[in-house]
Amino acid sequence: MTKASVADAPVVARKAGPRLPARQSLIPGSNPRTFWIYLVPGLALLTLIIVVPLIWNIYLTFTDYRGIRPPEWVGLENWVKLAGDTTFWTSFSNSIAMIVAMVVVPTLLGLVLAAMLFDLIGKKFGGKIASFLRATYYLPQILPGVVAAIVIGWILRPQNGALNQVLDGVGLGGLAQNWLGNPATALPSIMVIMIWVQLGYPIVIFMAALQRVDPELYEAAELDGANWIQRFRAITVSIIRPEIFVVTLTCTIAALKVFGPIYTLTGGGPGTSTIVPAYYAYSEFFQSQQVGYGATIATALTIVIAAVSVVFLLAQTKLERQEEER
Amino acid sequence: MSSTILDDTAKAAVTAPVARQPKKRRSSTTRKTFGDWMILLVAILIGLLIAVPFFLILINSFKSPADYNAAGPLTLPTDLYFDGMVNFWQRVDFPEKLWNSFFISSVVAILAVLVSLLNAFALGIGRVRGRTWIVLLILLANMLPQEVLLYPLYFMFKSVGLYDNQWAVIIIFVVIQSAFGTYLLASVLGTFPKEILEAASLDGANKWTMLWRVVYPITKPTLSVLVIFFFIWTWNEFLIPLTFLVSNASQTVPVSIAVLQGDRLMDVTTTSASALLGLLPTLIFFLIFQRTLTRGITAGAVK
Repeated sequence: MTKASVADAPVVARKAGPRLPARQSLIPGSNPRTFWIYLVPGLALLTLIIVVPLIWNIYLTFTDYRGIRPPEWVGLENWVKLAGDTTFWTSFSNSIAMIVAMVVVPTLLGLVLAAMLFDLIGKKFGGKIASFLRATYYLPQILPGVVAAIVIGWILRPQNGALNQVLDGVGLGGLAQNWLGNPATALPSIMVIMIWVQLGYPIVIFMAALQRVDPELYEAAELDGANWIQRFRAITVSIIRPEIFVVTLTCTIAALKVFGPIYTLTGGGPGTSTIVPAYYAYSEFFQSQQVGYGATIATALTIVIAAVSVVFLLAQTKLERQEEER
Repeated sequence: MSSTILDDTAKAAVTAPVARQPKKRRSSTTRKTFGDWMILLVAILIGLLIAVPFFLILINSFKSPADYNAAGPLTLPTDLYFDGMVNFWQRVDFPEKLWNSFFISSVVAILAVLVSLLNAFALGIGRVRGRTWIVLLILLANMLPQEVLLYPLYFMFKSVGLYDNQWAVIIIFVVIQSAFGTYLLASVLGTFPKEILEAASLDGANKWTMLWRVVYPITKPTLSVLVIFFFIWTWNEFLIPLTFLVSNASQTVPVSIAVLQGDRLMDVTTTSASALLGLLPTLIFFLIFQRTLTRGITAGAVK
């Protein structure tokens, strides 16, 4: 198909009527509308468990509610308070650090490591070594958060913590400190921990995606004199692009609503140096009993996450369309 | 050196000129340069660095409290000490917690995959109108911070008598996990080979048979990846089980570890033993199912 005919297609289709390529299901002769029935169980459960609580939560943002007496309508008071709340804005700037640690670094590093395991190690040293290493990289992902927090405590704690002992041992005792208790090192420490936790997830997904790459494509590129980095960029990245989207979006969502590690490791402290929106909302909900304000923080966070996801999904759909037309 | 490569390729070409397609050339598996070994070394070093905390758990689980107090967390145990493990096992009634976690995680994994498949069938294959927005709506389950759900769901489940019931937790996680599953599967099924579906519809298959006879078998590798992820994610969940499973007999492994951790009578080596027992089930589960991962997360198995 030439470019001109693609551009003309929608006009032709609209005039001709029966042929509407974009509006057809993949099963010939079946109307997309008849597929709605398959969405019923999923959407019914979703309404009950997610949509109803969400709406209730949005209602709470306009109330003063302490969890005991019924909510009292206060209009926009919570939202005004939120706009001027420095803790809230600090929590969002910490979210950016979380995105670096949970999205940017793991995705980039994961891409390189997955390609390295699949392409070099898997092919030259055998699949067994590659899957063994993959399992090792994935280990932190299977560790329950509570257990991870205990072990990280051993490593980072000020007295006889493993890291400080190692630093002492190599003559860098001057660097030893209370890693999670010092405002200057608490956030960077959390970031390193989150990279450790997250790395295995993109590696597993990308390595699975790489199975789709036709080895002959690599051989052809190799014959053309393309080096590993060129092949990686031209072939690997373009073929596993759907997975890159899925990983980036799901990790971004996870980074924006990260809660468990903050809850178990620092409680947002010292001060507000590691506070994140989800933890701030939690502490307002359950520690300060300011349910209305907690709901406002959580709703603001949900709005941000939803906005990011919309942009992402629209970009993904657009790219998919472009691919199909090509 | 280069002549052996030529020999190998030549031999391969002579012995298997026709079968070249399925059986890939093996010459590259034998040719290892210095750079290859360096990369392997780097990969192993990264693996060791990642595994350090796990070694710590392992050595401290078999250490007596006295040994730990004398030498700290970094040394190997002087004697193998099993009391920490026995202690934890008995205090939390570990088999019971293990069963609870196993039951909840397996049911969630299977039901969530089923819901994901039904959703994705309509979205990816059926191409229902406005599917991008429906995916977005479903992904809300993933986007919402979990603490938002606690108050409303507490009231809802209390009013229908499901509070402190494992099915409450199961239903919540089926919805949350299937959001990810729907997104991933719908993306994958959107690229499902049309020819296969056309052939099946010529044979007179209706949608329901097509889903179970055509789509399901081909996407099975992806589905098994989802089963693994959902099982492990649900196993490791903390906040929702903690809130909705208040009675000791229905608690999960992570919750019981955390509860014991708050107990001042716990010594460090018992904590370590609890950590080891807490991660072993998911580790075993992952190792058993790891081989399904290599067969891919996508429907790309079809050529």
